Amino acid sequence: MDWTALWLSLKLGAMTILVLIPVALFAARFLAYRRFFGKPVAEALLAVPLVLPPTVVGYYLLVGLGNQSWLGQWLMQTTGHLLVFHFSGLLLASIIVNIPFAVQPIQRGFESIPQDVRDAAACCRMSSLRMLLTVELPLAWPGILTAIVLTFAHTLGEFGVVLMVGGSLPGETKTIAISIYDRVQALDFAAAGNMSLMLLVFSVVVLALANSLSRKFGRRGGYHEL
Amino acid sequence: MSSDLWLKVALQRPFALEAELRCAEGELLALLGPSGSGKSTILRLIAGLQYPQSGSIKLGNNTWFDQQVRLTPQQRRVGYVPQNYGLFPHMSALNNVAAGLHHLPRDAQNHQARQWLERVHLSDYAKRKPAELSGGQQQRVALARALAADPSILLLDEPFSALDSITRESLYIQLAELKAGLNIPIILVTHDLNEASMLADRIALIDNGSILQSGAPDHVIRQPASRRVAELVGLHNILRSELVARTESTVTLKLGQCLLNLPITQAVGPGSHDYLYWILPTNALEVVGQDQTATLHGSINKILRLGNLARLFVRVDGASEVFQLQVAGHHHFEVGQVLAFKLDTSQAHILPAV
Repeated sequence: MDWTALWLSLKLGAMTILVLIPVALFAARFLAYRRFFGKPVAEALLAVPLVLPPTVVGYYLLVGLGNQSWLGQWLMQTTGHLLVFHFSGLLLASIIVNIPFAVQPIQRGFESIPQDVRDAAACCRMSSLRMLLTVELPLAWPGILTAIVLTFAHTLGEFGVVLMVGGSLPGETKTIAISIYDRVQALDFAAAGNMSLMLLVFSVVVLALANSLSRKFGRRGGYHEL
Repeated sequence: MSSDLWLKVALQRPFALEAELRCAEGELLALLGPSGSGKSTILRLIAGLQYPQSGSIKLGNNTWFDQQVRLTPQQRRVGYVPQNYGLFPHMSALNNVAAGLHHLPRDAQNHQARQWLERVHLSDYAKRKPAELSGGQQQRVALARALAADPSILLLDEPFSALDSITRESLYIQLAELKAGLNIPIILVTHDLNEASMLADRIALIDNGSILQSGAPDHVIRQPASRRVAELVGLHNILRSELVARTESTVTLKLGQCLLNLPITQAVGPGSHDYLYWILPTNALEVVGQDQTATLHGSINKILRLGNLARLFVRVDGASEVFQLQVAGHHHFEVGQVLAFKLDTSQAHILPAV
């Protein structure tokens, strides 16, 4: 069992959630309630990582952030290191490929709140922030929970984009999915099998827990379940 | 200082709407009209949940909307009960009512919310979530929430439409009781004429984005200003008759072979028209024996039995006009039977010529 790789994957998943979910909350709320010119295009752009092979996203990040690009050179001069083959680059890639997994369930969560409820909140003279905290977030919570679980699970299982951007540097960019691939390449099927089984059990437990929590929230007055 | 609501607005999108209305403090105005006529939109414009393209909305001396001012719902102090009540499903009844009192300290919020639940007879249901309450109870929580924050106007969007008739009756009484203690304008949106007649001081009839007529319910029902108003308030016998003669106070209309002298109750427009529309109220007709003096004769075209009542469709002799008449079901009538009628012409209402 490659514990370092497992720890790196968990760290990457947690950091992706911490950075992406707050941003996704505001983007999803904006998309759910505002009508603006070009909204379908904005929604399509956010959904692109769903249909694009992860290696394509990885390729553009590699080219865009590598030492041959102006952005890469600027980062090198400013911070002293490149994002590619580095944990921060892996985090950026993970955030980008997870945008639709985070934004879409939260957007659906906000959209499922009836207009009547939001109107009543406004007529109760709730500010936009108070409405978000006391009415919208509790009601959209199952959607937010779905976004967290999907983002985390997707990060653990991500392979193509991680390999393209991060390579396989132990402790830095070698996640559990890459480690399983490495073990198979080295014909160490026992280790690969152990890690795969652990990842499978972990995924099932997390999804079951999330479903159960979502049902609990649904019964408490929310509108939707995972 | 008066706190009357005055509104004159125009909206082009998503549909055309043009309305001017006033609601005095302590008055209950019912906006009555068919689905899609724009009555709920007017309520949303007053609440600030939607803005008109032009016009002005004022409450007393405070301007809520005009070319320069555009107050948000939070700035207007509006008590609003949406069509499906808009209760916060994750909060208890008590917290729903307290939601509009967030400017007060926590203890005061709870105290006032409890008092309002008591006023709507829901003290025992304070801890229940909306899903654990009946439709009528939900409506009362929504009403308590709308009133708890001491609003300057109360807006009710079809609050009784989803309730059974028994619950509705008891809530009518409750609303009438609450209204007696409120000195603010109250606007009720409904498509139910009986409800509007029972609760409202005045009704405003809306159709296709414009207000057709407003006034006391009885006045609108008895003296509709147009044929469309007559249709909307459910009057059946709207007849079209040839205008034979006209004085300042009466018109003579030809209905079949009969000449009817009818009083003019409102301006009927220029005298150049050959035909006029008029309303023959059912209670102005009396079936009389063939030997008695009759105003007009007609034959039964169709009989519709409705429970203990029967509706007769009568074709006037020598005319194509058909009017309806409701009679007790136990009377024996047959299709084709000729009837003689006495008409109380003072109850007939001439509609303005268009």
